[in-house]
Amino acid sequence: MTGNPKTASMSLLKTETAPVRTDTDVVLVRQKVRAWAVELGFGLVDQTKIVTAASELARNVLIYGGGGTVRLEALNDGMRKGLRLTFEDHGPGISNLELAMKDGYSTGTGLGLGLSGAKRLSNEFELRSAPGEGTRVMIARWK
Amino acid sequence: MGEFLLVTIQVDMHDRLAMTLQEDLTDRIVSAHARGVLIDISSLDMVDSFIGRMLGHIAAMSRILDAETVVVGMRPAVAITLVELGLALPGIRTALNVEKGMDLLRRAQEQDDWEPEDSLHVPAQD
Repeated sequence: MTGNPKTASMSLLKTETAPVRTDTDVVLVRQKVRAWAVELGFGLVDQTKIVTAASELARNVLIYGGGGTVRLEALNDGMRKGLRLTFEDHGPGISNLELAMKDGYSTGTGLGLGLSGAKRLSNEFELRSAPGEGTRVMIARWK
Repeated sequence: MGEFLLVTIQVDMHDRLAMTLQEDLTDRIVSAHARGVLIDISSLDMVDSFIGRMLGHIAAMSRILDAETVVVGMRPAVAITLVELGLALPGIRTALNVEKGMDLLRRAQEQDDWEPEDSLHVPAQD
């Protein structure tokens, strides 16, 4: 990440890593993300969007990744404040990223809106996955 | 409330709890001979695809059991987010609040009750 002018001027206000191992953890992640969004001064709609995106991604970690973690980062890039969430699991990974991002596509029993929906609800979205190694999804929303 | 069931969701539900609610409610529709179900979600500060799917399932199951479902009290921020998420809750009737939801259920039932005469069916013995 060094050498990137964008990250060079970005300051990290606060960070925390939380487990995503049970469906109670998913609720706790929602509540934590809500509290951080409120603290950063996000409006009600922005709060709701990032909390909903977090809920989708946390559930993915649990169901498809067999559990993992989420890292929360409160950021300030000099102009705006932001909340970045990184969901990580060491599950089977995603073999076809393009397909996984399609609305309505699911290998499970869900609606297939988790990844694509989370992307629409965020300002930044990054998905990395390799079969057999796991999945990492980063989203960020700026105020 | 007579033939209508009122369900108020007041906690941030984890997924298993949402599934339990779905099952319990189906049982109650049958045991209470309910003709309508009102689900008040005004306490929910978010509805994700899982909860959205649960609401859809409840509506579909109650329809099969001859009951109408109305979801009431959705917060504006929740509605905005749901649409952006890609979930428009097809097949789910909504109303602004419990009172309007009740009106909707009553009207739906009145229409239902009139249908046999309108279509000249011989009314069943009551």
